[in-house]
Amino acid sequence: MGNYLLLRTSNALIVVFGVVSLVFFLIHFIPGDPVEVMLGESAQVADREELREALGLNKPILDQWVNYLLQVAQLDFGTSLHSKQPIMDILIERLPATLELSFVALLFALLIALPLGIVAAVRKGSVWDNSAMTLSLLGVSVPNFLMGPLLILAFSMYLGWFPVSGREGPESVVLPALTLGTAMAAILSRMVRATLLEIINEDYIRTARAKGLSRLRVIVFHALPNTMLPVITLLGMQLGALLAGAVITEIVFSWPGIGQLTIEAINTRDYPLVQSCILFISISYVLVNAGTDVLYSVLDPRVRLQNEIA
Amino acid sequence: MISTQQKYVDPLSWFVATLPLLVIIVWFLMAVLGSWLPLQPNVIDLTKILVPPDVNNMMGFDDLGRPIFDRLVLGAGTSFTVALWVVCISLVVGVVLGVISGYYGGWIDQILVLVIDIFLAFPGILLAIALAGIMGPGIENVVIALSIVGWVGFARLTRAQVLSVKQREHILAARALGSQSPVIFARHIVPLIMAPIIVEASFGIASIVIAEAGLSFLGLGIQPPDASWGSMIRDGTRYLLVAPHMVLIPGIALMLVVLSVNLLGDRLRDHLDVRNN
Repeated sequence: MGNYLLLRTSNALIVVFGVVSLVFFLIHFIPGDPVEVMLGESAQVADREELREALGLNKPILDQWVNYLLQVAQLDFGTSLHSKQPIMDILIERLPATLELSFVALLFALLIALPLGIVAAVRKGSVWDNSAMTLSLLGVSVPNFLMGPLLILAFSMYLGWFPVSGREGPESVVLPALTLGTAMAAILSRMVRATLLEIINEDYIRTARAKGLSRLRVIVFHALPNTMLPVITLLGMQLGALLAGAVITEIVFSWPGIGQLTIEAINTRDYPLVQSCILFISISYVLVNAGTDVLYSVLDPRVRLQNEIA
Repeated sequence: MISTQQKYVDPLSWFVATLPLLVIIVWFLMAVLGSWLPLQPNVIDLTKILVPPDVNNMMGFDDLGRPIFDRLVLGAGTSFTVALWVVCISLVVGVVLGVISGYYGGWIDQILVLVIDIFLAFPGILLAIALAGIMGPGIENVVIALSIVGWVGFARLTRAQVLSVKQREHILAARALGSQSPVIFARHIVPLIMAPIIVEASFGIASIVIAEAGLSFLGLGIQPPDASWGSMIRDGTRYLLVAPHMVLIPGIALMLVVLSVNLLGDRLRDHLDVRNN
């Protein structure tokens, strides 16, 4: 177990290193001069040089890269061009909002997907199954930026149950979380259904039924715990989509999180901040995935044994 | 029982089965013929601001009094153009790199796998948002940003497929007969692995349509006065209560196209008998 943990951690670190470098090089190599975009074409040459100097853009690209890696390794993301604050402080200020949104969205996704997937699997081929799967296909096809306004229209404008936007009071999280959660639930419910269908045909399920246990008992106590592993993996993988989707959802609902910060940074041409936002989201995603893998091997003795042998 | 089920198709299920294809044909026609139709997507008519749809004026008008139907057609062109370009670029780049990497193996392969792993280690749309944001708005930049993210899936799929077929006898035979590598790629490998790639491409179209609309929704894609379904939805959110049709019409169009492409992708996968991996 210790070895596996070490291996997985070093693996995650390599990926983080790769992600930092990739973001760095892509942003430096894409067409367009950031200094020109930031200052406008009519800027004085001296001003441009000054900004170039301040950003370190006049140094060779490899030096810039090494410097950047060293900075990030010390969790120093630099200072924002716009607000002149340390970027780390800004990120930490915005983090709680995004965490809250993601957590509630995850909760909604599970609350929707589990019953839907279970009913679809248990009553396979029935009207229930078909409607659950149609619903899930619809969910995949409705993007956040459409789902959000539709929910606002129905639940805050017509019914007046929730605020239109902003983050004030516990009820304000409901609509944005629902927007994010439904997209996730759509994929998750298919996964629950597919996994459960496989498990239902296992010998131990037949044994449990043969022992005379009720159908419900077998599903809840024998089948469901075994669907949790693939579901947890998918949740980990989906978290990336969730975090990226949060960018659009936060814009729709004016939710003051990291996603909104990213777009603000893009609009104010605050390049160091843009780069840091992307990195921050990506690194959290990589770490969560590594965490999921470790959790997986803690939960499943088969995976654990395999890892120990390897 | 089975034979009667196959023979008799009731009109409703026939309609449901054909609908996706119909939607895509309409989308295609709007995109291709849009520029030849006498449309006036950018004509501002202040007397018609926010007029809802009715019998006389098709789909109504937006916040500047521009006809929504005309803008919808223009937006169809945008999403179709972007989807076509991004899928073509990603497919060609991904397949070429995937074939080379899978076929030759060695250090080329190791580097490509590393790059793919890093790309897949974090959400692609996020990178596309950042790239589009930094390059500035415009349809070419949207295509570049989405292609930079899009080739990875094709490369991974192609590489895996090549690994599974490269030891087949006909390829070994072609090599033994002295065929050049490009000939082997083009005539013996690529035709063999095309089916899963086509399926991937069809699902790719759906996600690109959503991504383009998403970027335009964020203001990072198509710039006014050009129209994208995403920017139409964004404009509409400001008038949600007084003119919900501004969001609903492009929204429904977007949903129908994405749903149809996904359904056709499913059917294509079943038809080509590609295993879901």
